[in-house]
Amino acid sequence: MNDIAIRVVDLAKQYRIGRKQECYKTLGETLSQSFTVPLRKLRSAFRHSNGHRDARIWALRDLSVEVKRGEVLGIIGRNGAGKSTLLKILSRITEPTRGYADVHGSVSSLLEVGIGFHGELSGRENIYLNGAILGMRRNEIARNFDEIVAFAEIDKFIDTPVKRYSSGMYLRLAFAVAAHLQSEILIVDEVLAVGDAQFQKKCIGKMNEIRSGGRTILFVSHNLAAIQSLCSRALWMQDGRAIDDGEPGAVVADYLKTATMFVGNKVWDDPGEAPGGDEVRLRSIRLIPEADTSVDRMNTGTPLVIEVQYWNLKPDTQLNLGIAVYNQEEICVFSSHSASEHTWQRKPLPCGLFRTECHIPGNMLNYGGYRVSLLVIKDSATVVHRENDALVFQIQDNVEDRNGWYGKWTGVIRPKLYWSTELLAPLNSRDEVRDVVDVYSF
Amino acid sequence: MVDASLTHARVLRIEASKGWVPLKVRELWEYRELIYFLTWGNVKIRYKQTILGAAWAIIQPFLTMLVFSLFFGRLAKVPSDNIPYPIFAFAALVPWTFFSNSLRLASNSLIGSAHLITKVYFPRLAIPIATVLSGVVDFAIAFVMLVIMMLYYGITPGDRIVWLPLFFLLALVSSLGTSLWLSALSVEYRDVQHVMPFVLQFWLFATPIAYSSSMLSEPWRTLYGLNPMVGVVEGFRWALLGTQTAPGPIIIISSFAAASSLISGAFYFRRMERTFADMV
Repeated sequence: MNDIAIRVVDLAKQYRIGRKQECYKTLGETLSQSFTVPLRKLRSAFRHSNGHRDARIWALRDLSVEVKRGEVLGIIGRNGAGKSTLLKILSRITEPTRGYADVHGSVSSLLEVGIGFHGELSGRENIYLNGAILGMRRNEIARNFDEIVAFAEIDKFIDTPVKRYSSGMYLRLAFAVAAHLQSEILIVDEVLAVGDAQFQKKCIGKMNEIRSGGRTILFVSHNLAAIQSLCSRALWMQDGRAIDDGEPGAVVADYLKTATMFVGNKVWDDPGEAPGGDEVRLRSIRLIPEADTSVDRMNTGTPLVIEVQYWNLKPDTQLNLGIAVYNQEEICVFSSHSASEHTWQRKPLPCGLFRTECHIPGNMLNYGGYRVSLLVIKDSATVVHRENDALVFQIQDNVEDRNGWYGKWTGVIRPKLYWSTELLAPLNSRDEVRDVVDVYSF
Repeated sequence: MVDASLTHARVLRIEASKGWVPLKVRELWEYRELIYFLTWGNVKIRYKQTILGAAWAIIQPFLTMLVFSLFFGRLAKVPSDNIPYPIFAFAALVPWTFFSNSLRLASNSLIGSAHLITKVYFPRLAIPIATVLSGVVDFAIAFVMLVIMMLYYGITPGDRIVWLPLFFLLALVSSLGTSLWLSALSVEYRDVQHVMPFVLQFWLFATPIAYSSSMLSEPWRTLYGLNPMVGVVEGFRWALLGTQTAPGPIIIISSFAAASSLISGAFYFRRMERTFADMV
C-alpha cells in the first residue's frame, strides 16, 4: 500500500555563521577584546533573540521530495547547495528549522567511512566499535565478521592496531563494516571521493549489490559517471532547492549545461551586426554531434562537427578558418585550420555565403569542459577576425568505456587505442613456472 | 532480505523540536550495546596510550593520600575519627578520584567526540554515560588497593559492608548527573574546560576527604550533604572503616541531591542536544 521510503515536506534549515567577524588583529585588540568579547557574549546570551549581528544562511529552503522504496536517488549540485545538509537531517544528526521528513523504515547513514575508528585499536576491535556506532547489534557484527574481514582483505592484520595499516587497508576495512549494514534505507555521502581505483570498484560493486537487493539508497557524489550508472533517479540541488529531478542522464546534462555557461551555437541574423569586418562577416557557429545524441549529452565517444557559416565580402580572397580547442585548465588541446580542406584548397573565394565544417572524431577529447576559439585568416598570414569564445561545451564521460571503474580518467586527450596481447610461450606445468622464476631471480 | 511487513509499521518523523523534550530512555536502552562498546573503547584506548597503563588508577589516589597524610595527618594533625589517617584519606579518595575523573573527562567528552556527533546518529546521552562508566574500571582497580591497605592496617569491615554497593551507586549517580550538566554546557561554552581544574580543586576541599564531616556541628553537618560527594565519602568510611559517624541523614540528603542532579542534567542535556551537531 505504501511504496514511499522518504517523504520530505518543505524542509528548511538555517545555519548561523556569525561570530566569524570577531577575528583578532593586533595584540592591543586581542587584549581589549579578551575583555569585551566575553561581556558581549554574556549580554547576547541573556538577550537571546537579539541575534541580528549573526549572519544566518539558509542551507535548505523549503525542499520537498519523495523517494520511493527501492529507488536509488543520486543528489548532485555544487558545494554549498544543501546536499549534505539534507543528508544530515535525514540521518537525524541535525534538526531542520522548519518542515519535516517522514522516514519509513530503518536508516543507516554513511557520511564518512570509518567513523569512530581509533588508531590504537586493532582491526577486530574497530570492527566492533564502528559497527556499534553505525547501529549494528553485536551478534549481527559477529555473524558478519568473517565476511567483513574477507571483504576488507586484511585477515592477516586483523589483530594489528589500525594505525599501522596502509591507507588502502584502512579504507577497505572501514567500508567493509558499512557495507554490511542491513537497514532498508542507506544514506551515502561521497564515499567514492576517497581511495584508489581498486577501492572505488569495490564500493561500486557493493552498491550495485545493495541496489539489486531492493533497498533504497540516497547517494551524494560529485562523480557524475557514478551517478549516471548507479542511480535510477537524480536530484539536482542549488541554493537549498531542487532545480531538477528525473532520469539521471537528463539531470546530469542539465547540470553540466549551467555549470559551464554552455554555448552550443551562435547565430547572427543581421549581417550588419555580425562580428567580422569589411572582408568577412560571420553568420553562425554551431556545434553538432555526429551521432544520435543531443548537443548537451555528448560523451567522449561522440564525433563532433563544428560548422561555421560566413559571408565573404571581398572577391578572390584566400580565406582559411582556424580553430583552437582549450580545456578547463586553459590548455590548448589542439589547433587546426582549413588549409587541408580539399575543394577550395589554396583557391581564392568568390563573394558569397560559405559553410565550412570541421570534423572532430569521437574518442579524442577527454571528458570535461571545452572552449573553442575561431580564427579567420587571410592569405595564410593575417588574422581577419578572432572569436575567442566561439563555442563553450561540455563532454561527458562515456560510461560504457569504463569497464566498471569510476576513478578519474587522466589525460588531456582520451584516444581509443589499438591494443593487442598474444600468448608467446605457454607454461604447461608448475615445474615450468618454477623454472622461469628461478632463472630470473638469480 | 528486508522484511516488508516490518517496514510499514515504523514511520519516523524528523522535525524541529521545541523546549523540553522526552528523555527517550527506551531508545537509550536499545543502544546499550553502543554504550558498552564506547565504554570498552574508552578504557582500552586510555590504557594503550600510557606506559604505566592501569597502574595510574592506583597511583593517582595513592599519591594524593601520601600528600594528605603528610600535611593534614602529620603536620596539621587533623582528627580522623580515630582511624589511621592514611586509610581514612584513601577510603575517601577512591570514590573521589572516580568522581573527579568522570567530571574531567565527561566535560570534554562531547567536544572530543565531534567526529561522531557530526557524522552519525545515536542517542547523544551515550557519550557522557560511556565516559563515566569507563571510570568504573579505574575505580575497581583502586578499590583493590584499598582492600590491601585495609588488610595492612588490620581493619575488617562489619556487616555494614553490604551497604557499600549503594554508596557506590550514589557516587555513580552524582558523577553522571554532574557530568551531564558539564558536557552539555561545554558544547556551547568552551570556558567550561578552563574552569574545570578550579571547580574540581574547590570541590575536593568542599568534600570531607582530608578531614571528617564530624568537625561540623548540626544542622550544618546534615546540610553539608547537599554536596552529594559528602554522602558518598561518609558512606564509604562508615561501611568500610566502621567509623561511628552515623551518616544516615547526610546520605539521605545526598541521595536527593544526586538524583535531582541526574534528572535535571538529563533533561538539560536533551534540551541542548539538538544544537550539538551544529556547535561542536
